[in-house]
Amino acid sequence: MTVSVVAAPRGGVGMAVEDGLVVAGRNLRAMTRVPQVIVFSTIQPVIFVLMFRYVFGGAINVASVPYVDYLMPGIFVQTVVFGGMNTVIGLSEDLGRGLLERFRSLPMARSAVLTGRTLADLVRNVGVVALMVIVGFLVGFRVHTDAVSFLGAILLVLVFAFALSWMFALVALSVPTAEAAQAAVFPPMAVLVFASSAFVPVQTMPGWLQAFAEVQPVTITVDAVRALVIGGPAATHVLQTLAWAAGIVAVFAPLAVRRYRRTA
Amino acid sequence: MSAPQADAIFREENAIEARGLVKRFGDVVALDHVDLAVPVGSVLGLLGPNGAGKTTAVRIVTTILGADAGSARVLGLDVVADAQAVRANIGLAGQYAAVDDNLTGRENLRLVGRLTHQPRASVRLRADELLERFDLASAADRPVKTYSGGMRRRLDLAAALVHRPPVLILDEPTTGLDPRGRNDLWDVIGGLVAEGTTLLLTTQYLEEADHLAHRIAVIDHGRVIAEGTAAELKARLGRTVVEVGFAERTSLDRAKGVLAEIGPVDVTTDGGALHVNVDDGARGAVVVVRTLDGAGIPPDRLIVREPTLDDVFMQLTGRRAEESDASEAEVAS
Repeated sequence: MTVSVVAAPRGGVGMAVEDGLVVAGRNLRAMTRVPQVIVFSTIQPVIFVLMFRYVFGGAINVASVPYVDYLMPGIFVQTVVFGGMNTVIGLSEDLGRGLLERFRSLPMARSAVLTGRTLADLVRNVGVVALMVIVGFLVGFRVHTDAVSFLGAILLVLVFAFALSWMFALVALSVPTAEAAQAAVFPPMAVLVFASSAFVPVQTMPGWLQAFAEVQPVTITVDAVRALVIGGPAATHVLQTLAWAAGIVAVFAPLAVRRYRRTA
Repeated sequence: MSAPQADAIFREENAIEARGLVKRFGDVVALDHVDLAVPVGSVLGLLGPNGAGKTTAVRIVTTILGADAGSARVLGLDVVADAQAVRANIGLAGQYAAVDDNLTGRENLRLVGRLTHQPRASVRLRADELLERFDLASAADRPVKTYSGGMRRRLDLAAALVHRPPVLILDEPTTGLDPRGRNDLWDVIGGLVAEGTTLLLTTQYLEEADHLAHRIAVIDHGRVIAEGTAAELKARLGRTVVEVGFAERTSLDRAKGVLAEIGPVDVTTDGGALHVNVDDGARGAVVVVRTLDGAGIPPDRLIVREPTLDDVFMQLTGRRAEESDASEAEVAS
């Protein structure tokens, strides 16, 4: 008896892109069917806007501009950082359910599971940030600069979010269950978001905390976005943000890929 | 619908061939020099209890896991050096039905079709065809999270077949299914084999190996401890099994003693009964009964039957195959 042997796929960048897009499409489709994801992505950030705008906002004094204009850049960044939870949950569930085993047994690009995940999260973040912009305008947020700077600010948020998803992907692949992954991610996530300039000026924090808050990437990114929508010198902040994003990808993408290859 | 482009013709005997596979997880030796050979168009049943190393062997053959030593080839392709080519030629369905709960059955099959680089149009046709064949057509557009266990397994198997792989690897395909689900799946698998698919099947059910496999490799603690056809394995035991049961434990112990003296019989304790393997059929059974009667311990139950694979496993390992031992849960599954 003879068997026709199927040749290995061509491989290369073309296949990596194609497979990455197929996996991203699958992830986006799946996301729309998980109520948890919808809530995490939309209702929760809206609650943050309303809470800080109307509950805490009155007590926070930021001198130069109305608090809502100070707040919204922080909200944009906070939303994509907390949204990383979706990366973590999605990828750990794939791992737990044996889907990654199936993907590993298919003649697809090895990179596709991770690029597909981070791409899908990028698309989700575009939608979520757009929603936050609309909600922001509804509660009185105004751009002090121009449309180009504002667009640049939004792009910067998305670049930062994309970089973070590689970090979240590594966490998801490194812990045994989706629950454990969430538990592992939430504390550092909360520290990064709250011990930053996202909601309050860093200068109001005690010295030791200021030292941390001033240099960490969420503050850097929020300051860059704020400079782009409120005005003032933005170039340095923007470059620092891009450097952080590049650094995060340079460190975490190879680690996540390596981890994916080894995850047994 | 276009067939996948055939780039080579494989003319050798064994579609799957593994030599000296060794895999350790820390101190645990999951595979200890395992050799496997599955001739083209045949079914090899890899039979063993939980933790025997079945899943580890499957994961190495399917390129998912690297071995510490030894090599494996599928259609002559090395699972490490030619991993992508191996993947293009195998279909894997695992014991943890690896389908996406949030997608529909149809979407799951199309996803696999796209990821195996089939043309979009043929993926659609193939998905419809498989849904029909696996009796999932009416549930095709429902999310998989609404499926029953049996439906999930059938979809998982269908997903392994989307790209028409010549070699199929099924890791405990019916574990956890009810008898009806198991029978349905057996029918489907039997059909695939009839069409010429080469199949490596792992199972902890002796009945399943007996039903589906041409040859059986019995694996225990990472070693293949016996290999042959079901008939050959049974023949190792003699032609007949005489099963004698006693209500009292003391009678059982005494019977064990006297039966061990009457010649080439294998006595294994199994609950309240003894299994005696004899070569000369009914006459052997008479000898057993006479011996017991002479010793004043007539059995309460007496069954004379052909040996089953369960007896084989019992003889080889001193345990029943289907006993699940929590401390031996499948390593790194």
